[in-house]
Amino acid sequence: MKLKGRVWKYGDNVDTDAIIPARYLNMSTAAELAEHCMEDIDLSFVQEVKPGDIVVGGNNFGCGSSREHAPLALKGAQVSCVVAKSFARIFFRNAINIGLPILECPAAVDGTQAGQTLEVELETGTIRNVDTGAVFHAEAFPPFMLDLIRAGGLVEYTKEQLKERK
Amino acid sequence: MGETMSEKILSKHAGQKLKAGQLAQIPVDLVLANDITAPISLREFKRLGVEKVFDPEKVVLVPDHFAPNKDIKSAEQCKQMREFARSQELAHYFEVGRMGIEHALLPEQGLVRPGEVVVGADSHTCTYGALGAFATGMGSTDIAVAMATGQIWMKVPQTIKFVYKGRLPKWVGGKDLILHTIGDIGVEGALYMAMEFTGEAVGQLSVDGRLTMSNMAIEAGGKAGLFNVDDKTVQYLKGRTDQPYTIYRSDPDAAYARVIEYDVTKLEPQVAFPHLPSNARPLSQVGQVPIDQAVIGSCTNGRLEDLEVAAMLLNGRQVARDVRCIIIPATQQIYLQAVRNGWAEIFVQAGAVLSTPTCGPCLGGHMGILAAGERCVSTTNRNFVGRMGHPQSEVYLAGPAVAAASAVLGRIGGPDEL
Repeated sequence: MKLKGRVWKYGDNVDTDAIIPARYLNMSTAAELAEHCMEDIDLSFVQEVKPGDIVVGGNNFGCGSSREHAPLALKGAQVSCVVAKSFARIFFRNAINIGLPILECPAAVDGTQAGQTLEVELETGTIRNVDTGAVFHAEAFPPFMLDLIRAGGLVEYTKEQLKERK
Repeated sequence: MGETMSEKILSKHAGQKLKAGQLAQIPVDLVLANDITAPISLREFKRLGVEKVFDPEKVVLVPDHFAPNKDIKSAEQCKQMREFARSQELAHYFEVGRMGIEHALLPEQGLVRPGEVVVGADSHTCTYGALGAFATGMGSTDIAVAMATGQIWMKVPQTIKFVYKGRLPKWVGGKDLILHTIGDIGVEGALYMAMEFTGEAVGQLSVDGRLTMSNMAIEAGGKAGLFNVDDKTVQYLKGRTDQPYTIYRSDPDAAYARVIEYDVTKLEPQVAFPHLPSNARPLSQVGQVPIDQAVIGSCTNGRLEDLEVAAMLLNGRQVARDVRCIIIPATQQIYLQAVRNGWAEIFVQAGAVLSTPTCGPCLGGHMGILAAGERCVSTTNRNFVGRMGHPQSEVYLAGPAVAAASAVLGRIGGPDEL
């Protein structure tokens, strides 16, 4: 699958309170949460984000709370993919589980500016900066995680497993 | 090469020898969710097409975050969870009035035992490592699958061993040790790893103090924060659980990713400045920081020992005129004990608020939200932008001694200044 979008760039340790402030956790649908995505650190995000846009972050993206509302909010905002130098553990699991594509690639983060356009090929982990022509290669997912992604997330994967068991 | 505690516990559960780095399906002993994470779990549970949870004795639901219900939407979420608990006949659903903050409540109720694997839809599930269990936080979908199947995929983590040498100085507790540690290794210093807390100094900590340290393992990116079981742990478990449990210890030749030693002899109480828990400074280097609010509570520091410290310092003193001091016992049992010990009267006489158990202000939910420009010293666990309210407010993390002393002083300071 090829993704293409304009880049929103943030720094290290973008925490889940920044992605979706806890005061909105009395809601749980992607559409509701998307209306407040990133608002405490970047008010322009919600106003200007376009379907397909790509969020680029530094180290430890998604640190803090376990709230699945964070990747849900990004998905609801129709962000196509998150590229970061590294992801916090729970955010990483959550993103895979709900089918929000994420890629770990420090070089791509350093080689990308806000507002530029990235082209991402998920299967190969290839990231191309359309503005500069630079090409980067993300860390490959382990086979088990590829199975999860292919199945469409953890629920679909588990459903298949449960069916096989029967 | 020997094994770490984490490797042993996960191997035992998986029924195969596992080493750090391996992925495996791990059967779990307890699955937890709360009023903000459960609604998504229940939605995904339904999508799985499973009728019943894997074991109604092993799924725990606690309405603690926005309960007692702070608004209509929160009430709807709690209602959803309550109805699920009823229809599934869950043994451990805790209604308001019996509810406490989950990570204080579960150990108190004897629901977590050494050697067990616990997963919860809350990042601070790592708290139970203080009892020698392997406990870790996950998202709602993971927890839905664990509720349905009784197992979940996990990567066996590498372990960093921390050795705390020396005797703890006065007013230095578990919170100070963990803030100092996070200040040293950073908020991603233990990313994906288990943290093992050892040494003479942590042996001096009560189980309450250890729960505080394990609680904040996640603030260094950790997957779990474990302690060895000792006499104090065994004493703590007595009368809380009659279930048998297994004690696991890391082998002396276990393969650690790193071993980090600290001499705590001269450690001061710590304060983490906005906006990361790793911005820890010793109290003597804090300077003049006036405060508008002091919060003593949360899954990190709302336990009996924390309230005891606050009562000791507030006894016969007054909260500064310009400060709101909010004290939140983490469970009903702690609340009752605070009443019986006369602490409730001390708090109210001092001009502090004594709240029913709730996560409330810690995550900017209710019971003490900050306005723009306001500053709070808090015994909670995170000081991210907007964590306790307005994005332009500030949270300074500290232990209960500094928080209580600061409430009296009207600025961040320690008990020795009272």
